[in-house]
Formats: sequence, C-alpha cells, structure tokens
Amino acid sequence: MRLRYLDEFRDPATARAIVDRIGNTWDGPPVRLMEVCGTHTMAIARSGIRQLLSGRVTFLSGPGCPVCVTPAAYLDRAIALGKERGVILATFGDMVRVPGTRSSLERERGKGLDVRTVYSPLDAVALAEREKEKEVVFLGVGFETTTPAIAGAIVMAAETGVPNFSVLSSVRTIPGAMEILASDPETGIEGFLCPAHVSAIIGSNAYLPLAEKYAIPCVVAGFEPIDILLGTLMLLRQKTEGAARVENEYARVATREGNRKALGLVSRVFEECDAPWRGIGVLPHTGLRIANRFSSLDAQIKFGLADFGTEEHTPCRCGDILKGKISPPDCPLFGTTCTPAEPAGPCMVSGEGTCSAYFKYGVP
Amino acid sequence: MCLGVPARVMEVTGEAATVDVGGARRDISLMLVDGVTVGDWVILHAGFAIQKLDPEEAEKTLALLREFADAPEIS
Amino acid sequence: MAEKILLAHGEGGKRTRDLIRSVVLTRFGNPVLDPLLDSGLLGRIDGEIAFTTDAYIVTPPVFPGGDIGRLAVCGTLNDLAVCGANPVAISCSLILEEGLPVGELEGVLDSMREAAREGAVTIACGDTKVVERGKGDRIFITTSGVGTLLPGWRPSPQTVMPGDRVILTGTMGDHQVAVLIARNRLELSAEVLSDAAPLSPMLLDILVRFGADVRFMRDPTRGGVGVSLIEMAESTRRRIILEEALLPVSPAVRGVCEILGFDPLYLANEGKAILLVSPSASDAVVSALRRHPYGRGAAVVGEVTEGPPGVLLRTTVGGLRAVDYPVGDQLPRIC
Repeated sequence: MRLRYLDEFRDPATARAIVDRIGNTWDGPPVRLMEVCGTHTMAIARSGIRQLLSGRVTFLSGPGCPVCVTPAAYLDRAIALGKERGVILATFGDMVRVPGTRSSLERERGKGLDVRTVYSPLDAVALAEREKEKEVVFLGVGFETTTPAIAGAIVMAAETGVPNFSVLSSVRTIPGAMEILASDPETGIEGFLCPAHVSAIIGSNAYLPLAEKYAIPCVVAGFEPIDILLGTLMLLRQKTEGAARVENEYARVATREGNRKALGLVSRVFEECDAPWRGIGVLPHTGLRIANRFSSLDAQIKFGLADFGTEEHTPCRCGDILKGKISPPDCPLFGTTCTPAEPAGPCMVSGEGTCSAYFKYGVP
Repeated sequence: MCLGVPARVMEVTGEAATVDVGGARRDISLMLVDGVTVGDWVILHAGFAIQKLDPEEAEKTLALLREFADAPEIS
Repeated sequence: MAEKILLAHGEGGKRTRDLIRSVVLTRFGNPVLDPLLDSGLLGRIDGEIAFTTDAYIVTPPVFPGGDIGRLAVCGTLNDLAVCGANPVAISCSLILEEGLPVGELEGVLDSMREAAREGAVTIACGDTKVVERGKGDRIFITTSGVGTLLPGWRPSPQTVMPGDRVILTGTMGDHQVAVLIARNRLELSAEVLSDAAPLSPMLLDILVRFGADVRFMRDPTRGGVGVSLIEMAESTRRRIILEEALLPVSPAVRGVCEILGFDPLYLANEGKAILLVSPSASDAVVSALRRHPYGRGAAVVGEVTEGPPGVLLRTTVGGLRAVDYPVGDQLPRIC
C-alpha cells in the first residue's frame, strides 16, 4: 500500500528520466545550487541525489538547520534553568544531543536534569497542565514552518490559563539569511532551492526581492526525491536561459501568498528582532521574539535571562559550512575529533546538520 | 527544519481533527488553517496542520512527471 | 495469594515458596522444574552445545502483540535458532518491583508458557527476586538458553561471497512502533502489533533443507536491520548493498515513521531474521519462508558485492549512499 502524495514522488523510472534530462540540459561546469533547508540537506544526502548529480550540480548546504544555528549559550541557559530552578525542559528531539559550551541536554539528563522530548509544542502545554507544581519551559527552536505551531501553543496556553508554561524562543526567519548569503561573493550561489514548508507558510512571493536584486533563480521544491530532482532541473533550465525568476515546484502545498492565517497568528505572538546565528554572528531582522502582550509566557523574561550571544572559541568551521563556503571534509575536525557520536559543533549533530549528512551518508 | 507529511483528515471537531497517514492516526490542531473538512489532505507538522494539500495541483505535477517518464528523450 | 508483590515474596521464605507454587509452577510445571531443586537436571545431551543469555527491560511490559514474557522467551530461542541450534532448555530469572499486581505477573508468565510451548523448549530453572518500589521497572526478566547445533550446519560468515543474497523474513520496525504506541507519550494510534515470535521451527526447517546455501543468519533486534547488517558486513568482511525499494515495511509503521521522522531501518524487531544465502538457492529459500506463518513477508532485500566491507543503500531514485550506525535512539524530529 502506497502512502499517498509521497510514494508517487519517489518513483524510480521518473527519477531516471529527470536525471537524464538534467544531463541533457546542462553540461558545463557543476552549477552551485544552495539548498537552504536542513530537511533538503538530509533528503539530498539520504536519497543519494548528491552522488547521482555529482559533476553536474554542487549542492551547497545553507544555514537552514534551526538546531545548528541556535547559539551554544541558549543551551547553556536552558541547562542552567533546569539544574538551578528545577524547571522541566520540554523539547523537540532535534535539540537533545546538540552540544552547548560544555554539555548537552542528553548528557545532563543522565545527571538528573528533567528533559522531556515532545512531538508538538501543544504536548508541552499539556505537560505543564499535568505537572502543576513545576515550571515547564518549551525550547522553541525552528524556522517559519514551526513558528506558527509555537505561536499556536502560546496562544492556547494564554487562553486556557497555564501559568507554569513558558517558551524560550530561538526562532529565526530564512529570507534574511538567504540575502546575506546571496550578497556574499565568496559563496558563488547560482541558484536557490527554496524550502518546501517554510514556503508553504511565507509563500513563494517572499523570494521575489532576492531573485530580482541578486539575479539568482529561486525554485521552491518539495522534500521528496522527485521534487528535488524536478526543482533542480527547473533551476538548471533558468541557468541556461540566464533567467532569475521565482518558480514553484511544490505547488500542491506552497502558494504565492503562503498561509495568511498562520502568518497572522505569528505576527500576533511574535515581533521581529535581530538574531544571533551560531557560527555566523548576529543577522539583522532574522529573529522573532515573543511580543509584550505574551511576556508572561516568555521564559527569557520570566526567568530573567540575558540575550544569547554567539561567542565561541572553537576550531570548528561550522560557520563557513553554514555559509556554503567550504564542505565538511574541509573542516580539520571532520571525522577525526568531530563525529556524530561526539559532535564538536552544531553541524555534526545527528539528523539535519550538513556535516552529519556527509558523514553518515557519504560513500567512501 | 520542515518535516511535514501529507495526512488525510478523518474527523473534524471544531479546531481539532483526527488525521491518518497510512493507518497511523493522530489528533491535531487546525488552528493554522481554515476550511478543513473530512476527506481533505493537509500537511502535518509538529501536531498542526500547517497548510492544505491541493489535489488538483498535485495532479498537475504528477501529470508533468508522467510525461517525463513516458518520453524521456524529448528535450 | 496476595494481590500485589511484596518484598517478602523475594526473601526466600514461605512467601516465596507460595508464590512459586501457586503462580509459577501452576503455569510452567514440567518434570525438570517440578522438583524445585537448586538446579534443573537436563540429562545427557547429544550434540554440540550453544548457549545464550539476554535481559529484558521493556517498558511498558505489556504492548499490542505481546508482553515482556513472550519477548524474553522468543528472544532467547531466536538467538539459538540463528546459530543453528535446536532449543533444549531455558532459564527464567525474574526481578519484580514491589507493588506489581500479581495479575500482571500471571499474564506475563502465561505468555512465557505459551511461547515456550510454541518454541518446543523446556523452562528448566528460574529465580525470583523482589526489589523496593522505585528500584525496578515493574518486571525485568533474564533468560538464558541452551541448545544443540544441527549436525552439519554452522554459522559461516567466512563463506559469504559476492553474489550472495540478503533475505529478510518480513516487515521492519513492528516491535518498536508497537511499544512506542503503548507508551502513549506521542498520542499516536496505529494498528501495529509487536512481531515477537519464536522462529526456531521456521529457521531450523530452512537449515535442514538448504544447508550450506544459507551462509549466515542474525536476528535484527535493537538497532534494527541497519545495525545488524553493519555488523554482518564486519563479520563477513564483505560489502552489502541494500535495495531501498525492496525493504518491507507495513503502511502503518511507515505512517508513524513519516510523522515522527524515524527511519524504519533502525527500528527494533523481535520476530525477524536476516539470512545471507547463495544466489542459486535464494528464490527457493524465500518461497519456503513464505510458507511459514512468521515468514509470509520474506523477500530478497539486497546483495553481497565486491568492495570494501560496509553497507550501502541503493535508494528508490537510483542513488547510492552509506548506511552507518545511528547515534542513540531515534527521537521525534521537526527537521
């Protein structure tokens, strides 16, 4: 039995045909395409597309891995909250093994820190309702795909009245980061593969200024292998035309305007701010902080935590990897002192990090 | 950062719904989308429907893909 | 008989004796166990001996498709079976948490009896201890098993050659997903049953029929088919290429994996085996497996090839990528 709207986009014959068409469309030097989203990074590696298209396309992995770009200080403060104030930390699974400055949530759980993995921020609200004697802090990490869900949980908690629930926000927005990368001549980006579900929320029109200003083609593509192949073909076709349009391969979910209702909820709960990106530094207008009307649900205010900086002293070159300037094997720590089992930096965190994808799925 | 799976809506109760992926079911929130009814398809992410899936657009993309598979030589 | 397990039940005195007689012997009673000696006397055993042990700590102890008791017996039987051993006897060591409802213990013991009967093995000896409330997790079970190797067949990783086929006896991930759902922390529902099953009759039948055409077998428990294959590639010093399109996964397990971001390749199974088989016998082995109730989903899923040791996956779209050890348990992800 097939999974509808998934398996059709994994068909081998169609994939072969598109790969052939890609070969017929472009035979110049490998085109540098940046896929911004961690889910794309992983899908490209897991499906073997990186290997299939090597020599025709060089996929640069961008900083669209919310876990990778969350500052170490954020994790340090969360751990401290748990240890010093007995707070229950509720988190997506993605954060559990990320190394902070000295430790990780997983390591600290072994020493008694109360860390609960949740699938949905609403589960964290429900947890707070059950554990009335304790404070529950949800680690709100994510990009535009997830921010509406976090906003929804905050509104739900406010309306229902769950005083022991709060969110430590580390949400970021993607187009601003894409702009920084597009404007950096060192990255040499010739096309953007735009994230499927971020685009479902913000709409494909969000990339129009980018395409115009920097003359870089942008194609919104789904996460299934065929989506990625088709999106890549569309970018290569634009490249041969010398075009720089915004196109949408994922029209079955992403529209031009995106999800207005979700965007409305986000603007009710959050306000734009500058944000620190681990390994990169502070990028203006790329963050969201919880608005004043919901400040009782803002863990940073509730517990008096300072802002998170990005100072880190590490030979790890995650910053350059996140900008697509180098690839993981270029980092001196890759595969030696930095492995998925013992990650030295955020890009190696298991799952969606660029270095992790290279390490786990690379064919020797 | 965007794991989202197409899910079929089986029941709707106000702002909540039960959705199905291959037989796996979960209750989710419809806070982020309007006009969802039984039989619709949505994208499920972190316990929310984040957008509807448009079967007509899906069929257009699939038709395009079928052309590829049927006539791969034509540029 | 009390309704809940008390510390006194583990002290070795009258309460212990009463518990054993009324709850254990009534279920497991057999000529070896009945005398309640300090050891089970197995008599003379002909053949080369295989010996295995495992501890079971699954939570919750009862889940769709089985319970910790069934798991414990099947797990030990399967460890013997994949080495080509007919089971002779197993031990059953229980660590019970104070406060455990006796009814729950009885249910688990019933499962053990049923599994032992199905697997044609004697429960020859056992032990019962009770720990203070909070110091255990309801029930822990350790089983050790003794078996005799089939004459003429030995696990032979060194005979595995390029061209050999990788056969999996059925769908991946059923057990771990069933337990996950039973834990009920993710609010998911799905009709998935643990696949815990005693595979000795099926596997030994295959070995008797096909002999050395079956080079080597493992049962993929923790870490799933993925980890088992990585280990098999290491023991055989061979390269294995899996075909993603051929890997059997039930739709409901796939659904759960898509929702949570799990990879079924690394999910635990408790009633499956991986066989490395010569190409000439491969189709016949698959047919023979499919005639057994626990092998209905059997399929060739890959091949041994030339090249350095390791496991690769040919993806549905024709790409090739490495299969590496997962790091820790899979957790629900947003990315």
